[in-house]
Amino acid sequence: MIAIGMEGSANKLGIGIMLHPKDGSPPQVLANIRHTYVSPPGEGFLPKDTARHHRSWVVKLVKQALKEAKVTVDDVDCICFTKGPGMGAPLQSVVIAARMLSLLWGKELVGVNHCVGHIEMGRLITGATNPVVLYVSGGNTQVIAYSSQRYRIFGETLDMAVGNCLDRFARTLHISNDPAPGYNIEQLAKQGKQLVDLPYVVKGMDCSFSGILAAIDGLAKQWGLGGEEKAREDEQKTADSTTAADESLESKPTRADLCFSLQETVFSMLVEITERAMAHVGSKQVLIVGGVGSNERLQEMMGIMARDRGGSVYATDERFCIDNGIMIAQAGMLAYGTGFRTPLSESTCTQRFRTDEVFVKWRD
Amino acid sequence: MEEFKPPPLPSPFNNTTPPPALLTQGAEAHLYKTISLNPSIPAALKVRPSKPYRHPILDRRLTRQRITSEARCLAKLIREGVSVPAVLALDWEGHGGTEGGWGGAWLMMEWIDGPVVRVVLEQWEAWMKQNQGSLDSSQIENEEARVRGLLRKMGSAIGVLHKAGVVHGDLTTSNLMLRPSAGASDAVDGTGSPSMEGDVVLIDFGLASQSNQDEDRAVDLYVLERAIGSTHPRSEPMFGELIMGYRDSYKGAVSALKRLEDVRMRGRKRSMLG
Repeated sequence: MIAIGMEGSANKLGIGIMLHPKDGSPPQVLANIRHTYVSPPGEGFLPKDTARHHRSWVVKLVKQALKEAKVTVDDVDCICFTKGPGMGAPLQSVVIAARMLSLLWGKELVGVNHCVGHIEMGRLITGATNPVVLYVSGGNTQVIAYSSQRYRIFGETLDMAVGNCLDRFARTLHISNDPAPGYNIEQLAKQGKQLVDLPYVVKGMDCSFSGILAAIDGLAKQWGLGGEEKAREDEQKTADSTTAADESLESKPTRADLCFSLQETVFSMLVEITERAMAHVGSKQVLIVGGVGSNERLQEMMGIMARDRGGSVYATDERFCIDNGIMIAQAGMLAYGTGFRTPLSESTCTQRFRTDEVFVKWRD
Repeated sequence: MEEFKPPPLPSPFNNTTPPPALLTQGAEAHLYKTISLNPSIPAALKVRPSKPYRHPILDRRLTRQRITSEARCLAKLIREGVSVPAVLALDWEGHGGTEGGWGGAWLMMEWIDGPVVRVVLEQWEAWMKQNQGSLDSSQIENEEARVRGLLRKMGSAIGVLHKAGVVHGDLTTSNLMLRPSAGASDAVDGTGSPSMEGDVVLIDFGLASQSNQDEDRAVDLYVLERAIGSTHPRSEPMFGELIMGYRDSYKGAVSALKRLEDVRMRGRKRSMLG
């Protein structure tokens, strides 16, 4: 069984092709292509620009994916697309493309929940059987565990997503959005040493990030660290990296210190709520999925926590963590295998689509 | 995979005899039974071990904030005459087993004898299921009246807590204990159904905060309602009795209960629909 997965809920357009062999051997990734819309430093990606990007790339990527996978249209069984959650306009452009291909090729459609896609891909790649899932990305922050046919949300953010918090701070500092703002924050944070005091907001298994963002934006302003000129200075400093090393001890925080403090604080919060969920459901496995999940510091902290509980952490790299098409194909095919179809008249998309709304027929 | 071992106890508990016995282990804290001053005085010891995944400065700050806030809530409630365990001792900078290192914080509290309400209700529900056939309607009524009495006591205990200006933050039937009243015969009543006599004592103030807001109070009640619904289905229909007990316990209860209606409508979280 072969499926095409089409993902475009945010600024990544991903087309993936998965094969589920008939003899029941492990699923294979035949193609995994992604093209990212990158906005200039200091700016986020706007829905209309992102949608335009997806529209102009989707045909090219599908063609390329089929070529790479060495399959023809006839081999394909179904077309899986992201139904939600995500940004409206980008979602819509991809749904339209999926619908068009379905009509053109006479293939059935399968609408997939984006979060479930992440979870199923993570489970497939890492082999984690029944983990507590921390799903962290630019649009979502949830602690999820499986129980009787649903992925249930145990904890989540009360306001913005953790990735959004990092991305927006990157904007304040005018850090490049290429390849991803979070990645560049992670690199800069490696030079940070001094921990500045930031709010720490955990309520039971929920957390909140908007106050932290306001606080650190305020600090950046107070110390004059935001804006374009400082970003340029930083680049020059790394270019002739002989100077800056040890002059900055115990004094005014640097841009690196702020990134370091922000990461330490928000990741501690995430590990704490995950640990609480693990204690609650009695699980020893943690699976980290979503774009922020490719952050190595987060993986390291989660690893220490899991080790101290006698468990282990499962994480994947950017190919599977960051939004992609194969995860949609994987989750879509699991649903397709149980007889799930999305008729053309219902092939819509929605910005709000909770993880626990999906009936998970393929697990017991 | 190696077996899990609880972290070493902070001093002086690493060399007391008898050694503290581990009772439960949550995500944040470990609860031990130990003795205070004299072997005949039992005490509960709550240890918040340090979390090595966190930055050490952040770890100390959070651990200290949480253990002192818990102790402050308890001390305040004791002054107000609410039934909670009294604070006996505390160290927010406990020393770990190895070379006097940072080992987390600890809080020693009065030992409360008796079962938690969760166990009482579970026993009762199991007993009812077993004996359903052999009970006549007046006996069933009598049994349900006893549970209603217990729920009413729970409601008024929570009311007294809220009146004192504290919200619990994590009300479940595991965080409510039933302390048999002194002098009362603790003989199980002839039927074999669990006793429901005694005082309701509130425990575990790890997530408590000081607040007088209707919203926080209503969320407290809502969390408990959901917890009873999911763990004690048979007792859930009697939750109204708890509300009655709560309503009669202090003046502000009426407006908190009004807010509870709103909280029920929207859930604790936004619906993410529309």
